[in-house]
Amino acid sequence: MEWANAIVQGVLLGGLYALLAAGLSLMFGVMRLVNLAHGALAIVAAYAGLVLVQKTGMPPFASIVIVVPLMAILGWVLQRTLLNTALNRQALAPILVTFGLAVIIQNLLLELFTADNQSIDVGSLASSSIQITPDIAIGVFPLITFIVGVLVIGLLQQYLARTATGRAMRATSDDREAAELMGIDNKYVYSLATAISLGLVGIAGVFLGIRTQFNPTFGDATLIFAFEAVIIGGLGSLWGTLAGGMILGIAQTVGAQAFPSSGVLLGHVVFLLVLAFRPTGLFPKVVNG
Amino acid sequence: MTTTPLLSVRGLSKQFGRVITAEDLTFDVHQGEALGIVGPNGAGKSTLLNLIGGVIEPDSGSLMFDGQDITRLGAAERAKSGIGRSFQIPRPFTGMTVFENVYVGASFAGDTRGQAGYERSYQALETTGLLHLAEHRAGQLRLLDRKRLELARALATKPKLILLDEIAGGLTEREIPQLVETIRQLVASGVTVVWIEHIVHALVSAVDRLMCLAEGRILAIGDPSEVMKSPEVIEVYLGSTMATAEDI
Repeated sequence: MEWANAIVQGVLLGGLYALLAAGLSLMFGVMRLVNLAHGALAIVAAYAGLVLVQKTGMPPFASIVIVVPLMAILGWVLQRTLLNTALNRQALAPILVTFGLAVIIQNLLLELFTADNQSIDVGSLASSSIQITPDIAIGVFPLITFIVGVLVIGLLQQYLARTATGRAMRATSDDREAAELMGIDNKYVYSLATAISLGLVGIAGVFLGIRTQFNPTFGDATLIFAFEAVIIGGLGSLWGTLAGGMILGIAQTVGAQAFPSSGVLLGHVVFLLVLAFRPTGLFPKVVNG
Repeated sequence: MTTTPLLSVRGLSKQFGRVITAEDLTFDVHQGEALGIVGPNGAGKSTLLNLIGGVIEPDSGSLMFDGQDITRLGAAERAKSGIGRSFQIPRPFTGMTVFENVYVGASFAGDTRGQAGYERSYQALETTGLLHLAEHRAGQLRLLDRKRLELARALATKPKLILLDEIAGGLTEREIPQLVETIRQLVASGVTVVWIEHIVHALVSAVDRLMCLAEGRILAIGDPSEVMKSPEVIEVYLGSTMATAEDI
């Protein structure tokens, strides 16, 4: 039953990874842009949540209501000022620009908040759990995270499938030039995609800040986990990203069960195996509802 | 014609490196007219369509469309102003259904959403004979249907002018007349058409005027049969003034 418990915990952990990776997947799906600042931006959101909770005393989940629009605005501005320019240059430009952005963000956070570990306090919720069997207990907060992850991905998928701007994103993802001739302003679509992506990072960052201790350098690991979830699931596929997150989570928790000191390693091994034998991921599909 | 032209091209030039693909092009296209464009490979036909559609910017010259200077407008804005476009090699949004492909054109360039957008999209599908394939994935269509989808998508944008880029290319002799008939009906409904085509007989049967381009310049423009008889046109096509229009 210990193994079953490890798998259940892995699935729940996958919800957080999927939440972290959804924005990365969307940006890649729409713009073919690999945002290396994604992890650093998630930590920005975690600090934003932390500051709001500490300074105003608002409940941690309520801080999401402020963090998400702030991150979305930041995304819109970043796309308009920096990323659109980078996308119009050579293929490596967006990677270099977002890498530089990640370095700048990390150092700014170090200046502002020092390298001390922090976390967003949710009181007893952090340790509350539901006993399913004598050997399996589900943490309430991980369960909430998982449900939010699934909901976010489901809503995003519906948005892409059923709304005009969602279709514009899919059209632009398919063929940017043809989409322009259908009257779609790709700069607007890209800005919207990044705003949504960073809004999702806002949710993910606050959940990350509640679940675990973080510091300004934590963005690197966050980016790697999100990236692994996207690659395992298949680039640009949202449900694939959820599946990728769960597979990564299971690999890590099962790995920890087998080798307590190096659980994360098995996650990386699964990622490398997928990359080696199925580089398009397990469920490849360009974002298209 | 004495009416104000729908599209007015003045001194349009474009050069890629040392290659001149459009040189001082000046012509008008009138409301409801079908203008065909022919010319050998490399004549600058697609460049001209890209210049009108806003995919590329001219080095010099101007474009007036429906009374508005569109020279510096981007492709999306031109589409919204009423210029629809089909590609030489069909470029459907392969992950979408046929209906969604068309609805995207209706809802953005055509600015018609909701019920009106659906009606417009279904009308475009009906006009192009694609209604029965509305729910199929666009990526699974055969070539003729992909070409029709190009046309349907352009139609859904509520165009005053449609630019057709070798839309009959790659089709079989049996398929070409079907497509030509669709385009004829389109012109009869009042849509203005500028149509590039290598398959000259298909073009000549459906257009009011014909323009022949060579090396980025206009060789001849006017009545299709007159243009095709022009010695310069015959020479650029067959490299000999001894050839006749029938050979083309």
